[in-house]
Amino acid sequence: MAIQVQIPTILRTYTGGEKVVTADGATLADLVADLDAKFPGLKDRVVDDAGLRRFVNVYLNDEDVRFLDGLGTSLSDGDSVTILPAVAGG
Amino acid sequence: MRFPNLLASVGHTPIVGLPRLSPTPDVRLWAKLEDLNPTGSVKDRAALAMIESAERDGVLTPGATIMEPTSGNTGISLAMVARQRGYQLICVMPENTSFERTQLLRMWGAEIIYSPARGGSNEAVRVAKDLAAKNPDWVMLYQYGNPANATTHYDTTGPEILADLPEITHFVAGLGTTGTLMGVGRFLREHRPDVQIVAAEPRYGELVYGLRNLDEGFVPELYDASVLTSRYSVGPHDALMRTRQLLHEEGIFAGISTGAILHAALGLADRAVGSGESADICFIVCDGGWKYLSTGAYEGTIEDAEQAISGQLWA
Repeated sequence: MAIQVQIPTILRTYTGGEKVVTADGATLADLVADLDAKFPGLKDRVVDDAGLRRFVNVYLNDEDVRFLDGLGTSLSDGDSVTILPAVAGG
Repeated sequence: MRFPNLLASVGHTPIVGLPRLSPTPDVRLWAKLEDLNPTGSVKDRAALAMIESAERDGVLTPGATIMEPTSGNTGISLAMVARQRGYQLICVMPENTSFERTQLLRMWGAEIIYSPARGGSNEAVRVAKDLAAKNPDWVMLYQYGNPANATTHYDTTGPEILADLPEITHFVAGLGTTGTLMGVGRFLREHRPDVQIVAAEPRYGELVYGLRNLDEGFVPELYDASVLTSRYSVGPHDALMRTRQLLHEEGIFAGISTGAILHAALGLADRAVGSGESADICFIVCDGGWKYLSTGAYEGTIEDAEQAISGQLWA
């Protein structure tokens, strides 16, 4: 199972500058664990004890995972996951 | 319709059906034309409400100076209202916004302080907060946390939609300050408990997300996730494609953020068709395309346009 993960500029120090990486996981939590195994330290920037960090948004195929099942959201082969810092508009 | 003055005419916008973009006779799309407000955007409602609320609270007194972080539309609306009410306006605006926004702000007499492109509106908010601390006599209305920004939509936009489209099943709007979604969403839920409230969030180019660290991320104080059913991130390619589709198929000349909202609305429409349900999906046309002409959004291929707006705050 291969899931494409878009890494924001701010976290590319962990991925050796890679913008898009591939990882595996049946759920988002599994995917984050797999990312952390490949790129140590990444997990702590994305999640804390309470779940997703407040200023981090994660989208599964463009949908905000907080409105799916959060870290428990199921993933399928070919899915695309995007990690972005929260920004303002207006 | 007749009003005693321009400010009294804010709101009262039409809802129009989109017969060509609606997928089936049972799944219908409806556009609420907020571009028909006096300065051409939905932000006229929030600007007027925030100024009137600050006047009632005694925070704004004659001759006062208002200072506000804005990526453009709120600033333009505030400039129009401030001009008529006799206030000075200083806008803190990211430098990567369209040239027309600067022109319009100056036209209505606002002063502009530019904030760095990197970090987008988050930086404008940071710079404005610093300025507010150093200039305690300036009034920062602060659209991201000002309850009037949401309550005006609860009091006006929501009731207008329900009156014109009582059969509404979905409401879709852009997520910036969150004021429109929070206000309309709360109102509609009270009257149509099963209504879906859906946010379409613009996904900008990398420059805008170029924060120094994640703690510089920003969630508006007005945001209450429990009001929303779902939230979609829409990239520039989809937003531009839908902006042009809206123009070509329905004749509506809208700004790029409206294309992002339409993209989410069409996704919901597809889903309704797939599950055999009927739907009446209302979305917000935030502004017209006029102030994005210089960005190149409407010329050449979508790829050309995407390249042209990359790095810009297009919503």
